[in-house]
Amino acid sequence: MTTTESIYNVNEKGYYGQFGGAFIPEMLYPNVEELRVSYLSIIAEPAFQEEFNALLKDYVGRPTPLFLAKRLSEKYNTTVYLKREDLCHTGAHKVNNTIGQILVAKRLGKKKIVAETGAGQHGVATATVCALMGLECIIYMGEIDIERQAPNVARMKMLGAEVRSATSGSKTLKDATNEAMRHWINNPVDTHYIIGSVVGPHPYPDMVARFQSVISEEMKWQLTEKTGKSTPDYVVACVGGGSNAAGAFYHFLDDKETRLIAVEAGGHGITTGMSAATTFLGKMGVLHGSKSLLMQTTDGQVVEPHSISAGLDYPGIGPMHANLWETKRAEFFAITDEEALESSLELSQLEGIIPALETAHAIAVLKYLNAKPNETVVINLSGRGDKDLATYMKHVL
Amino acid sequence: MNRIVKTFQEKKENILNVYFTAGYPNLNDTSIVLDSLQKSGVDMIEIGMPYSDPVADGETIQQANQIALDNGMTVKLLFEQIENVRQTVSVPILLMGYVNPVLQFGVEEFCKKCQEVGVDGLILPDMPVNVYEEEYKAIFDKYGILNIFLITPQTADVRIRQIDEISEGFIYMVSSASTTGAKSGISDVQESYFERISAMNLRNPRLIGFGISDNQTFQKAAKNSAGAIIGSAFVKVIGSAKDLEKETIDFVEMVRGNN
Ligand SMILES: Cc1ncc(COP(=O)(O)O)c(C=O)c1O
Repeated sequence: MTTTESIYNVNEKGYYGQFGGAFIPEMLYPNVEELRVSYLSIIAEPAFQEEFNALLKDYVGRPTPLFLAKRLSEKYNTTVYLKREDLCHTGAHKVNNTIGQILVAKRLGKKKIVAETGAGQHGVATATVCALMGLECIIYMGEIDIERQAPNVARMKMLGAEVRSATSGSKTLKDATNEAMRHWINNPVDTHYIIGSVVGPHPYPDMVARFQSVISEEMKWQLTEKTGKSTPDYVVACVGGGSNAAGAFYHFLDDKETRLIAVEAGGHGITTGMSAATTFLGKMGVLHGSKSLLMQTTDGQVVEPHSISAGLDYPGIGPMHANLWETKRAEFFAITDEEALESSLELSQLEGIIPALETAHAIAVLKYLNAKPNETVVINLSGRGDKDLATYMKHVL
Repeated sequence: MNRIVKTFQEKKENILNVYFTAGYPNLNDTSIVLDSLQKSGVDMIEIGMPYSDPVADGETIQQANQIALDNGMTVKLLFEQIENVRQTVSVPILLMGYVNPVLQFGVEEFCKKCQEVGVDGLILPDMPVNVYEEEYKAIFDKYGILNIFLITPQTADVRIRQIDEISEGFIYMVSSASTTGAKSGISDVQESYFERISAMNLRNPRLIGFGISDNQTFQKAAKNSAGAIIGSAFVKVIGSAKDLEKETIDFVEMVRGNN
């Protein structure tokens, strides 16, 4: 894992521009501070790097392929490559982060793991590494998500994790995150909280981005191999909290010729009140320990978002992306539930790849990009669609 | 002089600070509860500003927050409800809540309003110490509003000293590693933590909160501090009260051990 010193990365105070920081109750301060002072040196240890890279290779199955999607390219009259994170063990990019964090947790002497999950992919990836390392695992998941992502609930249980239902608020990812934080407050000494995206108090967004940065690191040499050039014209990723996008953008942040395309969940449409498109609907606020863009009322109450995709159904966005939005380094699009469903069918039938509903949002942006035939578009295929079959059966079959 | 500072100058022990959520159980109960607490003889009142995502709170206060929000409670409305509070309430008043609604209201505007209606201090658990110092302390000072910091059993001694250095009024000592209302009773481990902090001879008095619910726990807390803060136990009482005033007074009598 190599890292860059981009101005779009976190500064020494834990901020990306005006976004970030660590807005946490004092109960969490010792844990977050312990992590803050030690994460960089832990990650830099040669023994850590060796263990991390070996697991990514032999356990996760990295490098994941970069696949030239010929029929999709033809349809949109451009050149589309798919970065196959769906082929990672457990079926999504989430495992890159959980491998990294479980190794950090072990070095901090933690015995138990708590995590939140939306689509269940992060929950599964966490339960997986806990099984691998023999640590106890508790996963909080919103009541609504438990219903719509049933196969992942079963997988987590099979892996030995305890799945706890978050029944407050919108009963989705935001509330699962609240419950996981409360669990950590109540169990500060023996437990590490494995956050599933580039959200939360500093240093989480940076730590998660570093673990996910392997995605763009591989893209660069794979593109060089395939096209003779390491920088594409576009890198596209969907954004819930923003971890797969952070990983896909990371090594391109300073490559100004590469346009970074972040795709949010438009839900029923950004003007309908049933949406999760944070950069369109949010403003500066504090949630889950960081200052970022947040969907909220004028009174500062967090708004319940809507997306058909559990992994994008979140009223905030990681502080790194808020800064990429504010500085206009990344361009943001909102894709509706319906468009995502259409794209899931399209990718399935043009390329024989059934994407996760989250990922389908990234695919759908192709029709808005108007990329030229000689331009290269890399789409981060963040996950596979097995977990979403119930939704697909209901809506598209 | 700030009412909080004055209270601690005049009374060194058995200070009772009671928390309730504004707009709960009914939207317009805020002033009834305030007046009842004043009559009951508490030393200080903490008004909770309901928030959609109160991560430091356990189930009781979470539910009260949600019901208050459903009732239509907002920060703006709270300032309207307590506009004339100083005509009936003389004890110090603190507002407790989360940082986001305060940021949206505007920190300066918020502090100005607090001064206008007679609020003496704020407790914002997710306001980082360094951010307060760098960005907001000057504003709080300008309007004479105290910011109360928390310490927990896990807070390192150097940080406790640092917090003591910048605190004014009192330090909010969280009794155990927990969210509000999560644990009941005070264990020996907690008592030794109370004694450890007491022996540090801090500049500021301390009030102990979280897990204080009755006379026994109040006594245990008050033995090693200036007094205690009660939240969830009182929120439960008002949540099911038929006569808010009477049951508030009875509750405070029970905690004081006067019945
Ligand atoms: C396949 C897949 N893609 C994307 C996401 C969204 O998360 P993030 O924005 O952190 O990549 C999820 C979250 O559950 C997911 O499962």
